[in-house]
Order: sequence, then C-alpha cells, then structure tokens
Amino acid sequence: MNRAAYIARRLLRTVLVTVAVVLVSFFLIRLAPGDAATVMAGQSGYADEALIQSLRAEYGLDQPLPVQLWKYVSAVARGDLGRSYERRQPVLDIILERLPNTLLLDGFALAVALAGGIALGALAARRPGSAGDAGVTALAMLFYAVPQFWLGMMAVLVFSVWLAVLPPFGIETMGADYTGLMRIADVARHMILPGMTLALYYMASYARLTRTQMIEVSGQDFVRTARAKGLSERQVARRHVLRNALIPIITYAGLQASILVGGTVLVENVFSWPGVGTLAYEAVTARDNPLLLGIFIVTAVLVSLFNLFTDIAYSIADPRVQLQ
Amino acid sequence: MTLHRRGVLGGMALAPFLPGHAAAARGNVLNAMMPAEPGTLCYPLLNTRLVQEICGNIQESLLLLDWDFKPRPNLAKSFTVTPDGLVYTFHLEPDVRWHDGAPFTARDVVFSCDKMLRQLNPRSRNAFNNCESIRALDALTVQFRLKQPFNAFLLSLMASNAPIMPAHIYEGTDFRTNPHNVRPIGTGPFKFARWERGQYIRLTRNKDYWRAGYPKIDDVYFRVCPTPEQRMVALETGAVDIALADDIDTVVSKRLRANPNIVASTRGYEGVGEIQVFEMNQRRWPFSDRRFRQAFMHALDRDFIVKAINFGQGKVATGPIPSSAPYYDPKVLTRYPYDPARARALLDEMGLKKRRGGVRHRFGFLMIPDGGGVQTRGAQYARQAAAEVGLDIELQSSDWATFAQRTGNWDFDMDNNSYGEYGDPAIGTSRFFVSANIRKGVPQSNIQGYRNRQVDALFASASTAIDPKAAQADYSRLQQILTRDVAMLWIFERDPMLYYNKRVHDLVSGPNGPTDGFGRTWLAT
Repeated sequence: MNRAAYIARRLLRTVLVTVAVVLVSFFLIRLAPGDAATVMAGQSGYADEALIQSLRAEYGLDQPLPVQLWKYVSAVARGDLGRSYERRQPVLDIILERLPNTLLLDGFALAVALAGGIALGALAARRPGSAGDAGVTALAMLFYAVPQFWLGMMAVLVFSVWLAVLPPFGIETMGADYTGLMRIADVARHMILPGMTLALYYMASYARLTRTQMIEVSGQDFVRTARAKGLSERQVARRHVLRNALIPIITYAGLQASILVGGTVLVENVFSWPGVGTLAYEAVTARDNPLLLGIFIVTAVLVSLFNLFTDIAYSIADPRVQLQ
Repeated sequence: MTLHRRGVLGGMALAPFLPGHAAAARGNVLNAMMPAEPGTLCYPLLNTRLVQEICGNIQESLLLLDWDFKPRPNLAKSFTVTPDGLVYTFHLEPDVRWHDGAPFTARDVVFSCDKMLRQLNPRSRNAFNNCESIRALDALTVQFRLKQPFNAFLLSLMASNAPIMPAHIYEGTDFRTNPHNVRPIGTGPFKFARWERGQYIRLTRNKDYWRAGYPKIDDVYFRVCPTPEQRMVALETGAVDIALADDIDTVVSKRLRANPNIVASTRGYEGVGEIQVFEMNQRRWPFSDRRFRQAFMHALDRDFIVKAINFGQGKVATGPIPSSAPYYDPKVLTRYPYDPARARALLDEMGLKKRRGGVRHRFGFLMIPDGGGVQTRGAQYARQAAAEVGLDIELQSSDWATFAQRTGNWDFDMDNNSYGEYGDPAIGTSRFFVSANIRKGVPQSNIQGYRNRQVDALFASASTAIDPKAAQADYSRLQQILTRDVAMLWIFERDPMLYYNKRVHDLVSGPNGPTDGFGRTWLAT
C-alpha cells in the first residue's frame, strides 16, 4: 500500500476518534457535580438567585441535555467550538493562543530528552557494568523517580533564587517588548527551567531503554557478522546496534509525545507557562465545559497526528516496517 | 546527529548571560500578582476580589471610605440627605473624562446604578432595589429616591458595590459579550493597556486623570502566578512588589515578616471585615439543637486556631459583626471559651450519649477548597477537637463547583467558609440569618436554614432606622440573640495580611484597601 493512501485512511480514523471523544467527554464532564453558574456565583462571595438563573440561561444550561448535546455537536461539525463560559470568547481562539506555547515547550523537552537519553544510553551500553554505566543508570533512576513538580521547585530555588541566573517563571520578560532575535533569546532563557524539568524525566527513561536495547542487540548474530566483516566498533555501534535499538524507542517516544501534549499541566503550573495545560486545569475548576471539550478535541487530534508521525518514522528508521 | 543536538544545548547554556534576566519591569512600575486570570475585566459582571483589585484602578465609585467608615468624596464631590433618610442627592465632580475622552456625566451614574449594576451584580441589587427612582437632575446631579430609609445606603456606593460604568460603551449592548469587557474603560487613575493571555495584565497611567498630580506610578502589572511557591519566590526575589490578601498562605508569614525588604500590614481589609466560620445544616438533627452548636463551640480552642493554625494572624471572633466594624457591641455577646468538659455536659444533657467506641455522633464536614490552606487545616483541627468530646467527623474534600453545589442545595452536615461583612450588617451579615434569604440552589445565602422571626424583624428595623442610636440598639439585640443561639460558628476574624516591598508607599488609604486602586501609591527610587 502506498504512503498517501495510508495517510488518508489514518486521517479518516482521526475524524472518527474525534467524534467519539466529543460524545464520551460531553457526558463525562457532566458527571462532575456543580456547574459553571454556581462556580461563578460562588466566586463573587455574594450570590443570589437571579445571578445563577441568568448565567444558566446564558450558557444554555437550563435546556435539556439532548438539546445541549445536539447544539454542541452540530456547532462542532461546522468547525465552531463554541464560546468559553468564563471568558466569553471563542474557544478555538483561546486554545490556539496557548497551543504554540505548549508545543514549543514539549518539542524542546522531547528533543532534549531524546538526544540526551539516546546518547547517555549508548554511552552506558558501551561497557555494561562499568563505572560510567553505573553512573548513568543511577542518575536515570533518580530523575525517573523524583516528582516533576518538586524537581521544578528545586530548580527555581537553585537557579533563580540562589544563583539568580535564570528567570523563575513566565515565558518572556514582562513589559520588555523584545522583538526578533532578542525575543527568541528571551523566550529560550525562560524555557530552560521548565523545559529541562520536563525533559529530565523522559531523558531518564530513554537512557534506560536505549541502554537495555543496545546491550540486547549487541549480542545478536548480525552484529557479530558486522564485526567479522571488519567494521570498526564505532560503525557497528552506530549503524547496526543503535539503528536496530531505536525501534522500541520510537514507539515509546511516540506514546510519550502524546502524553506530553496533555501532561504538562504540573510543569506549566509550577513555572507559570501560559500553555494548554494550565488552561485545562482552569477549565476544570471553573466547569467551563466548552473550553474543556475544546481542549479535549484539539488534544485528540494532535495525539492522532503524533501517532501517525510515529508510524511513518518507523518506516524510515527500519525499511522492513511496512505501512498498512 | 547527537553531536549536533549537543551543540544546540551548548548554545542554550549561554542564554542566561544575556541582559535583562531580572524578569520584572522595574523603574516606576508596580508589579502585583494574580493566582489565576480572571474570566473578564467587566467589574459588575465578575465581582471577585481579584477583579476588584485590578478594576479598582480603572473604574471609580461615587464615594470612598475613610478609616472611620465615614464617606469621603470621590466621583461625587458632595452629597445631601433629606432628614427623613429618603432622598440622596449627589453632585458630581466636573471635568471628569472617560479613558476614551468622552465626558463623565450623571447619565453614566444613572445607567450604572439603575441598569447595569442592578442587572448584573447581586451586591448592588441588594442596595439599589431599595430605590424607588434613580434619576439625573442635570448633567452633574443625581438623585436617588428610596422606598424606605436604608441607613447602609452610602456604604453601598463604595467601590466594590457600585463601580460607575460608561453608559456610552454599554447602553443598548449585551453587557455579557461587550468587547470592552476585556479592555475596560473607566475614569480611574489607570487605563487598561494590555492583556497578554496567560501571562499578565498591564495598566498604564491615565495622563488626563481628573485628580491633579495623580497617579504617581507609570505602569501596574498583574502577573499570573498560579502556585503558592511561585508567589512566595516572586515576592522574595522582588519580581513582584505586593502580595494581596489571598496570594500568600499564613504558613510563611513568619519567614516574610523576618525579611527586611518586605513590609507586612494588616490594614486595608477592614472594609471587608471577613470572618472565618463553620456552618451547620440546622434542618438536620442534632445541628438543629442550639445546645449542640454551643457544645461544638466549647469544644474548639479557637485561640489555638489563631495562634497555631493561622500562625498568629487574626483574632478570635466573638459574633456576627467584626470587632473593627461599626455597631460591634462586646457587652451583649454570649462567649464560648474553650471548655471540653462543658461541651460534654451539654451533649449529655441533650441525650447524645456515647455509644460503641466512645462515639456520640458521626457526621460529615464539607471543606471549602483552599489548596490545603488555613481553612483545610482548621477543619482538620476541628476533627481532632470534636473527637475529644466524642464526635466523629468525616472530612469531605471538594472543588469549587462541588462545594457551591452541595452547600447551595443544603446537601451537607457542616461546612466552613469565610464571609465579608462589607462595613454594614445590612450589606454583608443579614443575608445569612434572615429567613427570606433561605433559597435552595444559591450558595452563600442562608444555607444553614436559620429561622428566627425576631431576628427577621430586628434586621428589618435596624437597616431602616434613621436615628443611629436606634440602629445600634437593634444591632446590639441581634448580636445578643445570634451569639446565644450560635446561629453560626464564628471562628476567627481573618485580618488578611498585605505584604509589600519596602519601596512601595501609600499602598492603602482606607479600609477598602487595594480595592480602591493604586492611585495614590508611589515608589521610592
């Protein structure tokens, strides 16, 4: 089967998944007690009946559930994700405003984690049982085990409070209004702490995975053959061992890339990173259903796309893998 | 390939040495924080403390309060009241302009009070529903005619009750979706400048402000700082200058008070007069029995709550009216000192005997969500203290929506909360005790179901009394009845702490504190 047809079929599947996500989450989020009207009335510290009723009417929460569902689904089918209850702005605008920040942070973290993890894993696998191997394994264990929010807080303490070399939070310097290269440098500086906090955890798991895989692959016959035909250790490691060890790592990274999209809530919160994670958290507490559903939909689409990329990446890393 | 990525990382490592890493705008700029972004900056639409603190710089009220809770002029330069307490006439400050240049007139006041606020804001409704008519006598004179005297009326015109909104922007539009809700227009010392979503809100000096010589500051930033640790670090590193009431948990108050760069002050929240309380669902036995509520009060060492759980901040509450507010009368109160023996005796007397396992009664305590803060710690302490007298409390966690839903629908045994008195019992206190305000589905109403005809009548006569002495007599009697009944379990007066960098001066100038904006604030260089 050719690649284009494969991709077309997968995209169709993405649409089906999205429909399922809409239906399931529409009912799921209504299982949580309370609604946006009571939350907003409660926030003001001075609620009355008229306020709650007017909010329910505004949000359409006073209508029967099937009507609410029909209105929502037909709007989504037209590409309209609705208006946020709390912000009273189009949901899509709100999400698209935040999404690049999350993708930037995730992309950075994933790249650092993959590069660092594979390098460290390969290093450790070179001489299993050596001091270097033990060091990498211990470090990986540590970063794998430490909770991310704690790591983040410690990073702020050390690099922002004690050493005062990195900004503790935010995405750029407030009110500096940098442009061009200065802005890129500014954002990059702000990204180091949250990015590394996020990356270290995944880097640890990649390092462990790479190490195990490489040790396993090195014992196989084709590696012996490669050595026998006179290739240097370096060539063997890179062309034969690493490339074969990469397949499970791609699988793992593909899975984690999807987790990353929705899973940065903690780190985003600790570092006040204006991404989708913080937005989702706020939407849940405010019972802002349209916003939350919108985030679900966008996330579902992204995860499906990530999985597609992962599958394509397989076929590139290993020509034996067929897309079907 | 791996080598190449390392190269990129190496480049990143140089970035910290680029200029400007202080991460805060300095100079003549005030940096504040917000735990979460507000949904809107339309003051009447979302009257939360955060919106009050941001919009208090943009919107203004007719009057301000001085430290003795007496009104002083603001947008209204003077006012008169007829002796029968029915007609209030306000003379407006001339030459005031909205931020877009349009003149401010009586039309704006009538529109705000009669239409917009009354339609959107429950607290304003409470005041303006007393009005028979609100009309403009000329471009700079507004007359409020009341149906019956309401002696808290002037207080109802303070900032957070009655911000004056621009008629030319809102009249005839859908208030809830007006585009100016996210870029508000007011008459205040600061103009809205920018809202960088998820990051900060920036206000900038109103160069044409009507009060000559003000404001003293060029820009005000409110930056999003979602976690308590972040807010602490921001304050300690000087990245922000001020922490408002709910920004910092009392756990760290000692550490902050020891910091020579930070000033700690409890002044500025007297106007809210917040009391932390436990509430009981008095429709259910044994909470319906006054002796049970009295016993529970005796079982609590509230002094310990203030000293140990709130780290010495605040003071033990004695009744429904805060000790710093008008009408407080310490002479008539029934007091409930810590006395577990007395608590046990009361429980015995009402027949609540110990059963198997030494437990007299088992019930739930719905905790208000405050992220493990003083409210949660207080509930945990209450559980221990109650166990001492044979009561077994099951603590129930919740989020805001759940909490509002369950309390509003009377689906709880006991809960905790914190309520503002807002300077007058008729504004902030009566709502929890009058039977007319028992309304299912509405949180922060009389959710306990407390009913007392005498109390209903006294609240009605107190707020309509023209003679202050008569009002005082009614409120004294009310404090006597309510404390005798333990109509609510008043735990402690919060006295929230305002922390600010020592370069900040004149941060507050009255009991409404930060709600009145930073118009007079200046920064030492």
